[in-house]
Amino acid sequence: MIVADRKPLKEILEMVGDSKKVLILGCKGCVTVCNVGGNKEVGILASTLKIARAKEGRPLEVEEKALERQCDPEYVDQIKDIVEDYDAVISMACGVGPQFLSERYPGKRFFPAVNTTFFGGAVQHGIWEERCAGCGACGIHHFGGLCPIARCSKSLLNGPCGGSADGKCEISKDVVCIWDLIVKKKMEEGHLDELMIFRPPKVWTTARDGGPRKSVREELVQ
Amino acid sequence: MRLSYPSNVKIIQVPCSGRVDILHLLRAIEDGADGVYVAGCLEGECHFLTGNVKAKKKVQYVKNVLEEIGIEPERVEMFNLSSGEGPRFAEIAKEMVERIKELGPSPVKIQKAA
Ligand code: SF4
Ligand code: SF4
Repeated sequence: MIVADRKPLKEILEMVGDSKKVLILGCKGCVTVCNVGGNKEVGILASTLKIARAKEGRPLEVEEKALERQCDPEYVDQIKDIVEDYDAVISMACGVGPQFLSERYPGKRFFPAVNTTFFGGAVQHGIWEERCAGCGACGIHHFGGLCPIARCSKSLLNGPCGGSADGKCEISKDVVCIWDLIVKKKMEEGHLDELMIFRPPKVWTTARDGGPRKSVREELVQ
Repeated sequence: MRLSYPSNVKIIQVPCSGRVDILHLLRAIEDGADGVYVAGCLEGECHFLTGNVKAKKKVQYVKNVLEEIGIEPERVEMFNLSSGEGPRFAEIAKEMVERIKELGPSPVKIQKAA
C-alpha cells in the first residue's frame, strides 16, 4: 500500500489560514489501512483543528467525509454538490487525492494533510516499512525476493558496499543492510553463485528517470 | 464506603479503559472541558489484558496533539489504580482538580465564553 504520515498540525493550520468552513476529506484506500487518512483520522483532525481555532477565538466549521478512493474520478465526483459550500478542502489521501480533486474542481483550494512517504507494508501493528520504489521493471527474483532498490540506502544492485557491518547499514544502526540479507539468503539456499551472473546495467527509463509514467490497457480503454 | 471526590469531576463509565478513544478525549476538550483523565486498572491487571496500556498510549497521543497546538498537555492524564482502591480514586480526583485549578480554565472555554 501507499504509506503516509500526517503533517504537523501547525503546517495544516497554516494552510487552512483564514478559512471559516472546511471539508476534511478522507480516503478509504491505502491511507485507511495505514491509519492516517480514514474516517477515524478525519474525525481526529476535525476535532483538533476545531480546538486549535476555538483557542484563538476564530472558530472553524468543519465537515467530515471519506471517499471510497480519491484516485478515481468516479468517487471524486461524489462531492460535486457540496464542494462549493467550503472555503477549502483538506485531503487526507496520499498525494494523488488532492491532485485528482484539483483537476476535477478548478478554482477550489485543496490542501494535503499528509506527507506521502513510500510503498510498503505493516511489519507489525503500528509500524510500516518501505518495500518497493516503483522502478517499473521488477527484478527482486534476482535478489532472493528482497528489493535492493527500495531497501538499500544506495539502491546498489551489486552490494554490499564497504559500509555494511554486523548486518546493519552504515547510515544507521536502525537500518538493516539488505545486501547482508540478500547474500545470507543466497548462501542458505546454496545459490550464492547466482549473484555472480553478469547482468547488464539496469535501464532506469521505466523508473522516474524516464519522466512521468502512464499505464494504458487498451482492452479497458473506452 | 462513601467517599467524597470533587463535584466538578464528571464521571463517564466504560467497561475497560481500553474502550476510551482518542476522539472521546479530544471531544471533551473541544466541548470546553478544562481537563480530562482516564482512570484505568493497574498495569498487568487489565481484565482484557492490555486495555489500560492502550489507553495510556492514546492519552499520550492526545497530550502530543494538544502540545502541538499550544494547549497544556497536563490537561489530559492517565492514572492507574486497582478497582478496590476507593480512597485512591478520590485522591486522584482531587489531585487532578488541583492541577487544573493551577492551569486555569481551558483556553477553548475562555474563547467560547467571550
Ligand atoms: S525491483 Fe522495482 S518494482 Fe520490484 S520491488 Fe524493487 S523497486 Fe519495486
Ligand atoms: S550498508 Fe548495505 S544497505 Fe547500506 S548502503 Fe551499503 S549495501 Fe546498501
